Amino acid sequence: MIAYQLSIFAEDKPGRLAKVTGILKKGKINLRAITISTSDTFGVINVLVDDPEGARSILEEAGLTVSMKEVIAVVIEDRPGGLDRLVQLLLENGINVGNAYGFVLESRKKAVFVVDVGDQLEKTQRVLKEASLETLDAKALSAIEPFHYMNY
Amino acid sequence: MYWEKDIETIPREKLEALQLARLKESVAKASSSVFYGDLFRKIGLDPNDITTLEDVRKIPFTTKDDLRDHWPYGFLAVPKDDLVRMHSSSGTTGRATVIFHTLNDINEWTNIVARSMYMTGMRRSDVFQNIMTYGLFTGGLGFHYGAEKVGALIIPAGSGNSKRQIQLMQDFGTTAIHIIPSYALHLSSVFEEMGVDPKSDTQLAIAFLGAEPHSEKTREKIEQFYGLKAYNSYGLSEMDGPGVAFECPYQNGMHVWEDNFILEVVDPDTLEPVADGDGGELVMTTLLREGMPILRYRTKDLTRIIPGPCECGRTHRRIERIKGRTDDMLILKGVNIFPIQIEKKLMDIPGVGTNFLIVLEREGFNDLMIVKVEVQKEFFSGDLKQLEGLRRRIVEDLKSDILITPKVELVEPGTLPKSEGKAVRVIDNREE
Repeated sequence: MIAYQLSIFAEDKPGRLAKVTGILKKGKINLRAITISTSDTFGVINVLVDDPEGARSILEEAGLTVSMKEVIAVVIEDRPGGLDRLVQLLLENGINVGNAYGFVLESRKKAVFVVDVGDQLEKTQRVLKEASLETLDAKALSAIEPFHYMNY
Repeated sequence: MYWEKDIETIPREKLEALQLARLKESVAKASSSVFYGDLFRKIGLDPNDITTLEDVRKIPFTTKDDLRDHWPYGFLAVPKDDLVRMHSSSGTTGRATVIFHTLNDINEWTNIVARSMYMTGMRRSDVFQNIMTYGLFTGGLGFHYGAEKVGALIIPAGSGNSKRQIQLMQDFGTTAIHIIPSYALHLSSVFEEMGVDPKSDTQLAIAFLGAEPHSEKTREKIEQFYGLKAYNSYGLSEMDGPGVAFECPYQNGMHVWEDNFILEVVDPDTLEPVADGDGGELVMTTLLREGMPILRYRTKDLTRIIPGPCECGRTHRRIERIKGRTDDMLILKGVNIFPIQIEKKLMDIPGVGTNFLIVLEREGFNDLMIVKVEVQKEFFSGDLKQLEGLRRRIVEDLKSDILITPKVELVEPGTLPKSEGKAVRVIDNREE
């Protein structure tokens, strides 16, 4: 399954992140994860939200430059070695990770690791499926409720 | 005191008679070029129509665009075989203007540079370090030949490599330098870093400042730090290069060598001559140029003629420190840059949006060009590496064109002020 990450181009100066979070708040968009990477005087804000399409349109309406990208959100175990299992698997299959970040779903039980694998999307999905690792799509991500998602 | 006493102190009426005789010759020479030949035919001007000095006004102005439109040989008044050198005012684009010289042209140019240097007190006993770029730029070779004619020992150091510059000064007892003012300021910090005091540890006595507009305050700073006399100079490649106008020991305006050039100041809007001493655009005519005579050239530089004689005894009139320009040309480290050059380059790069902004800053003692570029919305894929690649490509492409490494900042689409009509915005924060 494929998840969608929004990337927002932002200059590296005060107020840019606040603008993004302000717009998302107004649009009642819930954030699953956020990362910021910066280079020199500019950077990219990556967000994983419960409603990617909706978020994209309100951000663009506000004049921001937004790009939507396919990423894979893999469910891993929230215990020592949980992430390592996934990463070793990717390595064995020659899959390169361009960007990645994670968040906890249910403490000590489940976490999500989001990977951007560029053009190796299909291959990665296949490898994960063979290894019986669960992936979440946009819908599943939006259904996440803190601490009890997998129990229902 | 004088390099050529007779000509430097020539009475005004004799100078003007000399100018008229030379103007007639210059116009006659020019008429054999494609550009002036066509122009004179079109307006029905016969070189014999020039009977007084005021008749120079019968000749239409020549602009930088004329030079570009007739690039490269349209202004040549001699066969190509008679040429011995070319110089260019800027960059590597087709927009650069190219000036060709015969051997006599080089000799006459060299003579006024020598005259200028001698005027400030430089002699054959001096050691002259030429801290200027040698090459297409006129500043390096122009001064080199002038100093050689004076008979000084030249250290052709070229630009850059600050520590070596200071080492050379100490090793060979440099007494005179030719340097861009911003670099002179930058070098002062390297002196401090190396623990060398130019006042006690070097024999520097004269600095020739050029290639960059600068303020009286900058001159004072340089004079104080180095413990020398700094002389302002004016030149442009269309009129040879350095040596067109130079300060004498009184440091009150730059003498224009009127035996070589006719000097006019006009209102940049009406193009009518301004009253004596009023400000306006400097217009110049070559009087001795063989290879490429240029008549009534609009320099776009704003200045005024300082009325009255100079205490030094020279009769050649003085112009004031250049106040600015009538067009948007930028002068950075001696390089002429037009914002349109930058625009052209940028618009060829995929991913660049519609607006950009040029900001000039003085960082420490260095002039810095910052180019803010809007990213095209469609280009953005969320990948930081891609943005970084775009930024680097812009730096490289601009550098290859304007010969200066700009700092490039990518900005969000729609955040820069829209360019209206006259386009391109430049913010110059270099004034102190």
